[in-house]
Amino acid sequence: MDSLLNAQTVLSTLDATLRVSTPLILCAMAGLFSERSGIIDISLEGKMLFAAFAAGAVAAVTGSPWLALAAGMLISTVLSLLHGFACITTRGDQVVSGLAINVLASGLTIVLGIAWFSQGGQTPALASDARFMPLELPFIEQIGNLPFIGPFLEIVISGHNLLVYVALIAVPITWWVVYKTRFGLRLRAVGENPLAVDTAGISVSLLRYKAVVIAGVLCGIAGTYLAIAQNAAFAREMTAGQGYIALAAMIFGKWRPVPALLACLMFGFLDAVAIRLQGVPLPGIGEVPVQLIQALPYLLTVILLAGFIGKAVAPKAIGVPFAKER
Amino acid sequence: MQSQKTQGEDRPLPPANDQLAIELRKICKRFGQVQANRNIDLQVQPGTIHGIVGENGAGKSTLMSILYGFYQADSGEILINGKPAKIKSSRDAIDSGIGMVHQHFMLVETFTVLENVLLGAEQSAMLDKSERNARDVLEHLSEEYQLSVPLDAITGELPVGQQQRTEILKALYRNAEILILDEPTGVLTPQEADQLFRVLQALKDRGVTIILITHKLREIMDITDNVSVLRLGEIVSTQRTADTSTAALAELMVGRKLETQSFEKVDNPDAENGIEVHNLTVKDDRGLTRIDNISFNVKRGEIVGIAGVAGNGQSTLLEVLAGIQSPGSGEFVINGHNVTPDTTISPKEMREIGVQHVPEDRLRLGLIKSFSAAESSVLGYQNRKKFNWRMFLNIRSIRAACKKLMQAFDVRPPDPKLKSSSFSGGNQQKLILARELEQSPSVLLVGQPTRGVDIGAIELIHQKIIEIRDANCAVLLVSVELDEIMTLSDRILVMFEGRIVGTMNGSDADKTTLGLMMANAMDNAA
Repeated sequence: MDSLLNAQTVLSTLDATLRVSTPLILCAMAGLFSERSGIIDISLEGKMLFAAFAAGAVAAVTGSPWLALAAGMLISTVLSLLHGFACITTRGDQVVSGLAINVLASGLTIVLGIAWFSQGGQTPALASDARFMPLELPFIEQIGNLPFIGPFLEIVISGHNLLVYVALIAVPITWWVVYKTRFGLRLRAVGENPLAVDTAGISVSLLRYKAVVIAGVLCGIAGTYLAIAQNAAFAREMTAGQGYIALAAMIFGKWRPVPALLACLMFGFLDAVAIRLQGVPLPGIGEVPVQLIQALPYLLTVILLAGFIGKAVAPKAIGVPFAKER
Repeated sequence: MQSQKTQGEDRPLPPANDQLAIELRKICKRFGQVQANRNIDLQVQPGTIHGIVGENGAGKSTLMSILYGFYQADSGEILINGKPAKIKSSRDAIDSGIGMVHQHFMLVETFTVLENVLLGAEQSAMLDKSERNARDVLEHLSEEYQLSVPLDAITGELPVGQQQRTEILKALYRNAEILILDEPTGVLTPQEADQLFRVLQALKDRGVTIILITHKLREIMDITDNVSVLRLGEIVSTQRTADTSTAALAELMVGRKLETQSFEKVDNPDAENGIEVHNLTVKDDRGLTRIDNISFNVKRGEIVGIAGVAGNGQSTLLEVLAGIQSPGSGEFVINGHNVTPDTTISPKEMREIGVQHVPEDRLRLGLIKSFSAAESSVLGYQNRKKFNWRMFLNIRSIRAACKKLMQAFDVRPPDPKLKSSSFSGGNQQKLILARELEQSPSVLLVGQPTRGVDIGAIELIHQKIIEIRDANCAVLLVSVELDEIMTLSDRILVMFEGRIVGTMNGSDADKTTLGLMMANAMDNAA
């Protein structure tokens, strides 16, 4: 009986891992597209936050999760284009532009939230039909009776909302686009040597704009997930640094989709464990302070970045504006 | 979908009616104050190799960039195969049948050769299909022109000769009928250059028109049919190569008669050593061996030249001797001071003990672009008493000192307040050399003293290096220009993959032997 309980605990922790990892995965893929094209994207955070606000607001007003999703993707893409305009067209500093977007999102979402909804920066709580609700996979009850694999499928894989599955599918699609298509070849090239792309007769600017737009759409989905799928309303600063964690995960993954996914899952897992371990005494150690456990993902970020992942080789032209004229 | 012509099949013959492959009419281009190209008229016959020579800054690269769509001409016309062409981007140039092999390769180093060739010329949105098609065409092409390159190798890991062939394959895969090569032999050994010329000859035989931009006059004489000389943005002459000579071309390039430079070689077996290197081995950050157990010496009053293709450890050697990198193992004695991995001497201390360094990459280590010439002219010596007043720099004395250096070394314009980046490469180099020679060094380390420097300035720089040798300084010269090594060196060492693979006396060095040593092919050839 005891072991079954433990299996249950493990499975539900994995289940939580997926839920927590979803925005990280979407943002990491967004960052991957942007950075592979040579545009540093620290504005993942701001885009996700603004998208969360837009989705929360639109869902509250219209009651439609689909319109909310569209609004989230739209606003995030607009911010992406702003970042693109600053970095690609006017060849500005990519970190400064990204930072500006984060600051803008942080401030403006609160101001607009207070002005429109008067709930201290929150959007009104949503009814379930205005949200993306958990889906049960077909025949899951029958499958759940299979030994070993059954409970895993039933508890961990099944029962998430649509956007979790979108995030999981986004990874193989990203891989396929980056490594198997013409667009991917050009994307990888433009982050390494934009001059080579230009002399091959391809527009560097257009290619980079395409990449940041894809990043915008993906961040929009991530933000929407936070506000109307994982939670039932937008809350101020609800991204809480997840955009940066996603960026770190993407760098751990060395700008590759599958390793980036694994890094996101690892962060998600630590987060899920942190929640589960709150107030639970560990054998031999006793009760671990919550703060320490909550700090784990961040500590890990620092430790890993400091050298455990080996040298992360970024796309060579990353952060460098492309200037053709002398 | 862009339309793709069938790749690499029957190449159309040059137009029968003797139409020109390229005709430029009155091309003008101005960058700010600088008139880079002025009323350029150029006619290139189809199926010929046309050389374009000129000093740095004469406007060669600008002209070719206009032809390849990098820049737009301010005025003038371009005709390709007799038809007016508007070339606004590289895409337009490629569509007009122009291919270009740039001096700095336009390759993605992390890509395979195949991916590099495909980039921008993919036939379908899916890579697999494009790759299958390209593989067949490329195998056919490389057989036809003896351009073998391993298609699945990572481009950045290939030797430069093969990277260059990748560039040529790129152009041919795009059905280029006109191929422009910008300084193609700068990075090649003499043998690789010969190989390149054989390929160009084969291309010409198939009707490809080739434009060869170079500053090496011997290459022009060897391979071109016609040659145009650019000076100060204008074409000053176009003639059949057979009707001219290197001396005549050099004169046209510079605009005045040049003395042929030759310096006396010296041999003082009894002089004491300025530099003595014992079993030096250096590894880089990635653990790769850059210098592999070398030993040599440089006597006072002697110039020792290090020949070799770029990237064979010469740069590391200079930096180690200058105190910038520490020796991994082994030791060296420089101007009487012993340096081992445990007792290193910083670059600052090196300057104090009479070891001066003119670095290879002047923009990275030699000066600071945004500094004024005066500030750059005291870099490394800015703490000298005469340049300071209490805790401030004494700008006036720095400017006066700079002015003096500029006069002694003919730096133009002689304005100490001008930004360092506003000077031409040759004048920047003269300023750095002046700064270091001002210290009356006992040991001088010089890297690529005339890279990107025009002929007029080369004369002066060589003269100054010989003068300091005659003042009993030990000079270590690193250069990838064999001619320079042979002109200046009393003794020549050849480096290959971090080792010294050959030694020759300056007085009896010959290019063929040195070339073979540079490719480490002595044994095979013997």
